[in-house]
Amino acid sequence: MTTFRLPPSVPGARIVGLGSSQPEHVVTNDDLARRVETDDQWIRDRVGIVERRVAQDESLVDMAVEAGSRALKDSGLTTADIDTVIVATCTMTAPIPNAAAQTAERIGISAPAAFDLNAACAGFCYGLAAAADLIRAGSARNVLVIGAEKLSDWVDWDDRSTCIIFADAAGAAVVTGARDEDEIGVGPVSWGSAGDMATVIRILEESTNKLHQEGQTVFRWATTRIAPVALDAIAKAGLTPADIDVLVPHQANLRIVEAVAKKLRKEGAREDMRVADDIVHSGNTSSASIPMALDHMRAAGRIRSGEIALLVGFGAGLSYAGQVVRVP
Amino acid sequence: MADTAEILSGLAEIVEEVAGIDTAEVTAEKSFVDDLDIDSLSMVEIAVQAEDKFGVKIPDDQLAELKTVGDAVSYIEKNQ
Ligand SMILES: CC(C)(COP(=O)(O)OP(=O)(O)OC[C@H]1O[C@@H](n2cnc3c(N)ncnc32)[C@H](O)[C@@H]1OP(=O)(O)O)[C@@H](O)C(=O)NCCC(=O)NCCS
Repeated sequence: MTTFRLPPSVPGARIVGLGSSQPEHVVTNDDLARRVETDDQWIRDRVGIVERRVAQDESLVDMAVEAGSRALKDSGLTTADIDTVIVATCTMTAPIPNAAAQTAERIGISAPAAFDLNAACAGFCYGLAAAADLIRAGSARNVLVIGAEKLSDWVDWDDRSTCIIFADAAGAAVVTGARDEDEIGVGPVSWGSAGDMATVIRILEESTNKLHQEGQTVFRWATTRIAPVALDAIAKAGLTPADIDVLVPHQANLRIVEAVAKKLRKEGAREDMRVADDIVHSGNTSSASIPMALDHMRAAGRIRSGEIALLVGFGAGLSYAGQVVRVP
Repeated sequence: MADTAEILSGLAEIVEEVAGIDTAEVTAEKSFVDDLDIDSLSMVEIAVQAEDKFGVKIPDDQLAELKTVGDAVSYIEKNQ
């Protein structure tokens, strides 16, 4: 019988670099209030956002390139080391060509496996899970995972239920192999989808071709269904909630972030667990929000290398994914 | 099945936990929004907990109709 040879597998994967990129242009709540009927206090109370960044000249790929280059620099690896590039995005204005190949080319990574992945705001966690398993199985050695979104292309700037929330950015991580069990830094993923709720966040193809969401339905879903995903990710890694040093949920709405943190604390997470609040100055940047929050928190000294972070992404699809990681 | 008084006190506990409002403040005639200063997102959290506690379904469109604490109590009483 003919048998296939497979590459040798490695014990697991770990994150070795982080980077992020935001457009220059800041949009405040007052700026939005000049266009739609809203006000600064309402936005701060309901979603926790003070300001966000909106691309003027920067393209989605520009942001992906910058975030990816920074993560690569942070990792100490070189372009020659990267053999796979995954861009998690749901906001490319044209589906062809994908973002990953051109992003890789512009960073200077030669001929990597390159693909885009659409799991909306869960995209980074999906991409990280894929990267970790590609590495573990021996299909890839070093993967650059980037979450990049230019939501501003899809936001209806006259719709006050969405324009107050969404923004543009990219965040990236370099993932490599763990040489032994102690070095493993990406836990097993807990993931899934709820296609029965596909319409609650969608592009209105039949009319404006802009983003629409049923805010309360999304809020209810996220505040009830996401903490269990996070707890499952902790359990799958063989940890307990008390082991979590920092919680980094997708920065959808600060009220959702706080609700998830509260639920986890009821299940034993520590009071001193730090909780990402990057949304305050960055807005909701979909797949970019988790890696960018990690990067910003580390730069601000709020998390340290070696600490245990719990990531959980959720959004359109609906889709969700979470895993624990060791901060590089 | 909980009676009116039990529903009111159970609901008051939920309101306290979600919005930090003293249970004594949560009386039937109070409006959630105008008197208790509870916003629409906190209402969703209250509804979710009330669903668990009383075994009722409170969909978003129904929730919008529950203006006062008394409205919520009678909705729960009818639908439990
Ligand atoms: C979008 C969201 C902020 C809207 O909040 P909400 O409380 O559901 O808003 P509603 O549409 O029920 O409106 C509540 C009240 O606020 C008003 N309102 C709505 N949007 C407003 C705005 N931008 N500014 C000021 N007032 C606003 C409404 O008119 C309404 O007032 P009324 O009760 O006097 O009629 C909220 O639903 C949300 O953030 N949901 C989660 C969405 C999310 O996270 N999406 C990303 C997923 S990845």
